[in-house]
Formats: sequence, structure tokens, C-alpha cells
Amino acid sequence: MTTQTLEKYERYKADFQTFTQSVDGPSWLHDLRGRGYAAFDRNGLPTQTRGNEKWKYTNLTPLTNTTFSYPLSPGVVDADKLNSLIPTAANWIQLVFVDGRYSPELSKNVDSGEDVTIGNLTDIARSSPNGLSDQFGSLANIDHDGFSALNTAFANDGAVVKLAPDSTAPPIHLVFVTTEHKDPVVTHPRTLIVAGPHSKSTILESYIGLSNSTYLTNSVSEIVLEPGSQIEHYRFMMDSPKAFHIGSTPVRLLEDSSFNSFSFARGGRVARNDLHVMLDAPGSSCVVGGLYFTYGTQHIDNHINIDHLKPHTSSDLYFKGILDDRSRAVFSGGVIVHPGAQKSVAFQKDQNLLLSEGARINTKPMLEIYADDIQAMHGATAGAVADEAIFYMQSRGIDEESARDLLIHGFATEVIDRVRLEPFRAYLDEMFAEGLPKTENVKRKT
Amino acid sequence: MLEIRDLHVSVGETEILKGIDLTVKTGEVHAIMGPNGSGKSTLANAVSGRPGYNVIGGDILFEGESILEWLPDARARAGVFLAMQYPVELPGVRNRQFLKAALDAVRGQRGETDLTARQFDTLYRAKATGIGMSEELSRRNVNEGFSGGEKKRNEILQLAILEPKLSLLDETDSGLDIDALRVIASGINQMRSPDRAFVVVTHYQRILNYITPDHVHILVDGKIVRQGGSELAKELEEHGYKGVLEGAGVGA
Repeated sequence: MTTQTLEKYERYKADFQTFTQSVDGPSWLHDLRGRGYAAFDRNGLPTQTRGNEKWKYTNLTPLTNTTFSYPLSPGVVDADKLNSLIPTAANWIQLVFVDGRYSPELSKNVDSGEDVTIGNLTDIARSSPNGLSDQFGSLANIDHDGFSALNTAFANDGAVVKLAPDSTAPPIHLVFVTTEHKDPVVTHPRTLIVAGPHSKSTILESYIGLSNSTYLTNSVSEIVLEPGSQIEHYRFMMDSPKAFHIGSTPVRLLEDSSFNSFSFARGGRVARNDLHVMLDAPGSSCVVGGLYFTYGTQHIDNHINIDHLKPHTSSDLYFKGILDDRSRAVFSGGVIVHPGAQKSVAFQKDQNLLLSEGARINTKPMLEIYADDIQAMHGATAGAVADEAIFYMQSRGIDEESARDLLIHGFATEVIDRVRLEPFRAYLDEMFAEGLPKTENVKRKT
Repeated sequence: MLEIRDLHVSVGETEILKGIDLTVKTGEVHAIMGPNGSGKSTLANAVSGRPGYNVIGGDILFEGESILEWLPDARARAGVFLAMQYPVELPGVRNRQFLKAALDAVRGQRGETDLTARQFDTLYRAKATGIGMSEELSRRNVNEGFSGGEKKRNEILQLAILEPKLSLLDETDSGLDIDALRVIASGINQMRSPDRAFVVVTHYQRILNYITPDHVHILVDGKIVRQGGSELAKELEEHGYKGVLEGAGVGA
């Protein structure tokens, strides 16, 4: 680490010391925080892009040059305002965290029953001190990922969802809100999802910025799918245009489980969506999709890794991006079919619509295959709105601007239609109904 | 309705049309015929205002006004329709949604209000049935995964719904089997009326067995070399371009 970056980390250090003295919880959690901080202290954050495949196209200097402080107390959130910004439904279970703190007032339908154990991490750790120690922290890679290490160091309030065997639950919505602060703040949202054998669930994680200010969201969501379980998992990122968002989602699948995921991200100054799916048993399968939309000078980096570790596993990766102005997107889809993972099926696709000459995409679909009996396909495209499509619509009386809007909506619809959770799908569709979301004030649901 | 005066059009550096004069009156059906590369499609595309087709001389008047400076959508709203030789696929845009947007735009120009969703659906169903098109296609993306015949039918469906004053049909018959051709021709015949005009651009005489033109123009190398009535199309069928043009003292 350079001296300059060391100074930048002083704030994390000071905040960690204050934090660790002020929080309680079982000893395993306390130990885990200590290990997280030690790993962060050792490795720091990935500021090198050269020679660093994982961060080659994403420069984190603006992030490491900003001092983010841990918010001492959460801001005030108006429930009506929040509900106007997020998709929601009466039967959804909703857990809301404001500036890193669990808000029982804003949460709803949160009652653990026979089918589902759900609630705030610190509450559950208090009532059942050893109930989470096996799974919490089992997937987050603190030794090789400075952000996950930092998140672990500050693990406190967070979402825990455990589904009992053979259970089904209503859609579960985890909402992480950052309010307006005078100076940049950092939150470390933390989620643990354990789907018991043959359970079925739908989980939406929303990250909402309530201001246009600079902040850092450093989230980690660990997801374990036990045999035969099915999870539909959604991520909805509506950060401030100046926000930094680093999200890490490690997922482990056991026999015959299936993970169907879709993420939507609207820019941010630098946003990184790190999804790592481990197909760790025969019969496990995943569908991982997403849509990203950037404008201004935003930067979004989708870094997807899928490991086919066992035979008879399948993955289908599909992403689309819409890039305007001078924004930039990075897509890296690393699918590895490991030795012995025969009869695996791996597809991946990334399609980008570039609306301006200044917009750039670095897309790198990558397949590494170490087994000989598999099916695989990958592809990436980047292009402008087709002139002939515009002319075709014009020749029917539709003006050029409306024609572009229809085509942008169409481009987005193709992936939005794969979202099965209503009204989330409708919410996204509405966002693109008139073409590009209005960038100064992205169209809000009213 | 349409008056083309000494029209010269280039595509890239190449001059394709080298002085075309053509007058189409309301109620008339004109056939533009010619061998490959003669400039037939260029003529249709230039009238519709397709980018890349540069008018370098002459004029195109629609209802007495020069439309050279008009954007393609303005021409369409004024009542010019081009049924394309290669209809374009619009990923993610549903056929119904596309046609509704087009009809709203065209009706807006005519000073008419938008149809309600229900009114539009009734209209769509009636017109689609009329040309033997499955209603299921309304929910599909425009032309995506359509067969060649379905794409051409979809062009005629748009024509039937938008009810343009002037329809330019660019090789609408190409790639159609005889049954599809009959259905499409009958759809066009049903639309013939004293206040509409059609320009049928075709290589083959076949479609003209079903749509009888009032005037036939033969285009060779960017110029109209022969004109006549529907009997000229028959003559072409018997003698081919070569025979007909040699008879007229024109090399082909």
C-alpha cells in the first residue's frame, strides 16, 4: 500500500475501533469482525488496474481518494416517500435498513414462523447465539477481496433469511437505504440467505439512495441453496448518480437446486456487481440476467463468475446494457467448467446499446473449459440503434425520436420480461416505457 | 397526386436514376417494371425519403407540394406508404404496439384523435383476418421470426390499417407462393378507390395478373424506356425484357 492510500484507510481504522467497542453480539461474530478487519488491513482495496484482471477496466482511485465515514446514527426516512420509490406489494415481507441500521418501523410483515426465519442479524444472533455461526461468513471471500473483508469487519445489522425445508414464503424484500449526509458515508449491507431443502422463495434486494450525494454502499450477500431448493433472486440498484456501490454476492448451489437471478442497475459514479455462483453439486442450475443503464460519466462493472464444479450443471447468463453520454460499462462473464464437470451446459450473452459516440463498453465473455463433454456458447454485441429500424418506423409516420424511444424500450423489454416478480417487472417496464429514463430525475413510480 | 420531374438520384457515388418523369393521378395503379439493377427500388425509396438515396436533380411533388425536404415520417403522415422489399425486424417492439404508434401518428396528422385500445384491437383484428394473418403475430416482435410470407403480409396489414393515399409496393410479390400472392393482391384490390393511388414495383409480371395496372412503365438503366397500358405487362411476359426492348429499339 502506498502512504497516500494508507492515510485514506485511517478513517476506516478509527471507525472500526469505535465500532467494535460499541457493538455486542456472540463471540463468533466478534471474532469474525476481527478477522475481517485484519484481512482488510493486510490487503487493502484493489487500486491497481494494470495486471489485475479482476479490476482491469474499473479504476477505484476516485473511491479510495474519498474519505467515507461510518454513520453514527441513521437519518430519518419518511415511509410514504420510501414506498413511492420502491416496488412493493401488500403481502411482501419487507425488511428495511436505513444507513446500515435495521428499521422495525419501516419494515413490515416480519414474523418468523415455521416456514421462515427472517429478521435482523443482530437480533437473531442475540436470541440464538450459535444459530448462524456455521453459515454466516462461509462464502464471503475476505482473504482475497478487500471490500468483503471491510464489510465483514463492520458486520452488525443485516438481513437473515432462512427457509425451512419444503417451505414457501411470500416475496421477501430487503431494502437498504442511504439518506442524505453532509459528508460521504459508507454502509456495509449484509445479507445471509439459506434456502432449506426443497424450499421455494423469491427475494428482492433494493439499494436506494435518497439523495444525490456521494456515498459508498459496500454490500455482501451470501446465498446458500440446499438440495432441491429454488430461489428467484433480484437486485435493484437505484443509487445516487454520485454514489459508489460495490456489491458482492457469493452463491453456493447444492444438488438439484436452482438459482434464477436478475439485477437492474442504474449507474452510480462507480458501481460493481460481483456475482459468484458455485454450481457445487450435480443437477444444480442457474440463470443469471441483468440490465444496466448508465449516463453522464457513470461507470458500471458487472463481474460475473460461474463455476461449474460438478457434472450435470447448467448456467445461462444474459445481460443487456444501455449506455448514454460518456458513460462506461464493463461486463466480464467468466464461466469455468472444471475438470470432471461433464454434461454441463453453459450459455452466456451480453448485448449493449450505445446511444452516444462517447459511451464505451468493455465486454469480455469468457469460457474456460476443462471437461470434454459439455455444451457451451458465448457472445457479446455492442451497437447503436439501427438506422434501418429507425427509417422503417419513420416510413410508417413515427418521428425519429419516438422511434428511438420505442426501440430502447424494446431492447430493455426483452430482458425485463424475464422478471417474474410483479410488480417489480411492471416497475422496470414503466421506467423504460418512454424510452430512456429521464436522467436528471429518473422516472419515479407515482 | 404524385408528380416526379426529371428525377436524378444517386446512391453513394453512383447515379442510379437518370431523369425520371412520372405522373400518378388519384385512383390509378401504376406498375414500374424493369430488370435487376434498373433503379425500380431506388425510385420507390427516393419517394419515401430513405436516407442514402440522394436526390441530385429534379423534384418530387406530392399533392402539388415538393416533398424533397420532408423527413420520411412527414411524408408518411402526409399519406405516402412504402411496402418494403425487405421489411425490417424491430427487436422487442410488439407488432400491435408499433402499429398503434404509427396509426396514432398518422391520425394525428389528419386531425383525428387516437383510437382507444379497444377500438384499435377491433380494427386490427378485422384487417388481419382480411389478409389471412394470424392474430398471434400482433403480440410478437415486429417481423422477428416471421417467415418471408408473414413479413409481406405484415406490410399489407400496415397498409390496410394506415390507409395511405399513395402506396408504393416494392417487390411485394418476391418470395411469395401463389396462395399468399392471391391473398395479398386481393387485399390491395380491396383498397383501390378513386382517392388512392398505387405504384407497384416489380420484376415479374405475375402480380399484375391479380392487380391490373392502368399504366405500365419499363425502367432500364435509370430511365423509363417504354410506357403503355396493362397490355405491356403481358407483352413482357411473352417476350421478356429483351424482346420487348429490342422491339422498341432499346438495347437491354
